[in-house]
Amino acid sequence: MDELVRIVPYFGTHNPKVARAIVLALILVAPILALGIGPAWVRILDFALLYVMLAVGLNLVVGFAGLLDLGYIAFYAVGAYTWAFLASPHFGVHLPFWIVLPLGAGFAALAGVILGFPVLRLRGDYLAIVTLGFGEIVRIFMNNLNHPINITNGPQGINMLDSLHIFGWDVSRRIVITDSFSINSLLLYYYVFLAFVTLSVILVQRLQVSRIGRAWAAIRDDDLAAKAVGINVRNCKLLAFAMGATFGGVAGGLFGAFQGFVSPESFSLMESIIVLAMVVFGGMGNIGGVIIGALLLSWLPEVLRSYAVPMQTALFGQVLLDPEILRMLVYALALIFMMLLRPSGLMPAHSRYSRPDLVLANKRVGP
Amino acid sequence: MIKLLEAQGICKHFGGLQALTDVSLSINKGEIYGLIGPNGAGKTTFFNVLSGAYTPDAGEFVFAGSQLPYGEAHKIVERGIARTFQNIRLFRELTALENVMVGHHTRSHAGLFGILFQRKQVREEERLVTERAYELLKYVGIERFANTVSKNLSYGDQRRLEIARALATEPQLLALDEPAAGMNATETTHLRSLIETIRHDGVTVLLIEHDVKLVMGLCDRVAVLDFGKKLVEDVPAVVQRSAAVIEAYLGGAHAA
Repeated sequence: MDELVRIVPYFGTHNPKVARAIVLALILVAPILALGIGPAWVRILDFALLYVMLAVGLNLVVGFAGLLDLGYIAFYAVGAYTWAFLASPHFGVHLPFWIVLPLGAGFAALAGVILGFPVLRLRGDYLAIVTLGFGEIVRIFMNNLNHPINITNGPQGINMLDSLHIFGWDVSRRIVITDSFSINSLLLYYYVFLAFVTLSVILVQRLQVSRIGRAWAAIRDDDLAAKAVGINVRNCKLLAFAMGATFGGVAGGLFGAFQGFVSPESFSLMESIIVLAMVVFGGMGNIGGVIIGALLLSWLPEVLRSYAVPMQTALFGQVLLDPEILRMLVYALALIFMMLLRPSGLMPAHSRYSRPDLVLANKRVGP
Repeated sequence: MIKLLEAQGICKHFGGLQALTDVSLSINKGEIYGLIGPNGAGKTTFFNVLSGAYTPDAGEFVFAGSQLPYGEAHKIVERGIARTFQNIRLFRELTALENVMVGHHTRSHAGLFGILFQRKQVREEERLVTERAYELLKYVGIERFANTVSKNLSYGDQRRLEIARALATEPQLLALDEPAAGMNATETTHLRSLIETIRHDGVTVLLIEHDVKLVMGLCDRVAVLDFGKKLVEDVPAVVQRSAAVIEAYLGGAHAA
């Protein structure tokens, strides 16, 4: 939150209180503004929030614990399919969200541990390749588990997932206040997702500034030294995988409920890379940066998608570049320029794994 | 004299290289014990076996009356042996304060759920650990750099920070691997008084060092390793006159 406040122009440095109010207001009003442009934009915002949650979870693994994970989307898939199995006509099971979401998170955490065990000794490139393979394995499983027994319904995916019912209140149904005025369900989802994202950010921040967060950072910086100060490196790494996966699992469940449909296609390698790009783009290890990265990289492509065609027709009289190609092009360019100009991300991580103010408030300490 | 650590017949080889051959030595409680030897004598290997980074091929360590577990570094730290590294290994991106706080890991208990729900004990422990870490920085004399990212500290201060981090694990035995390497004379003098203070405060010190003057002046007893074998183990005055030691350091022609 403080990181977000600081980037508000002028007020961020001069008057943090005003900046804080601006950020809060923006967060709360954004979907209403977006609705003014069109409901599709609210939908994009909703997805952006899911991406924020994924990026915050992945940041825990990559940014804090330094474990490069290229298969993170697998946990998202586990969460989404858990929702699809336990809250859809596919098996005829319709459990409430407060059972399905924790179960999804739990299964994802379990998947995280299963991935964690074989890769304990790996680092860097080798770790990346194995996690990449893991992500693909999960996707291929989803794709092929329709035979001999139909579990995942294969490439067709699972349809008509239950929407999010929070204690009897169906989030996917608009609230009708008068005949002419009603609250769009996309807006409602936005605020529900916002609540989940806020909770995730708070939890991740608590983990960061704690005994466990410091142990992760220690393993990231030097795992031999971490062992030498008595950290159980194996357990800490497994915990990092499991915790990161948990957030992915919850986001996946929400995705299933929101979309009403899951198929293996949504969990391709590209998605893993996009989430990782968000983390790297925003600034590995910096929660505020990661949030900004996720918002920017999920918004910009959509902006491009909707304006690329009309702009090209206006300028050249014809469509030269397909928006989908343009999207990847801009993505790649953004990342390349990022690496050249700000190699540690939009908002580089500044070490903050403790609260020195607890004891240093009245002591003289250098920067 | 109470024996704190006893190494019994430690052997370790890497491929064809016999790095340690049947090394036995004993360290008394409260002393400063020096381990010297020419380059490649096996001093650091001995350290790595002791601290659990390697598993010995044969032999065992008896520490404070019971056998040490093999190859499980974190359990050995829990038992009360802390070490520093020859080439400084700090957590580079963490501040000095945080480095020491990590050192408290085994002596603090905050668990996952306590942290997620910010239970009262966890918040209290966090405050206590921060406080204690600051005290340790003061102890080694670098408290003014508490909030400095450790990779930006000067070389001498990094060495001190590494010692503070090792002390944070509340060891009975502190093993220092060439702490004076690369230090100038003033820094070495400061280091020497720091090691003496540490011993005075009840921590036994095991010291690997190349600076013979430092070792001879500081240590109560010294063992000499050469080619993975222990040559002598005695008080510095005797070791200095030992023919075997002179031969190991200067070659056969000088031993007369």
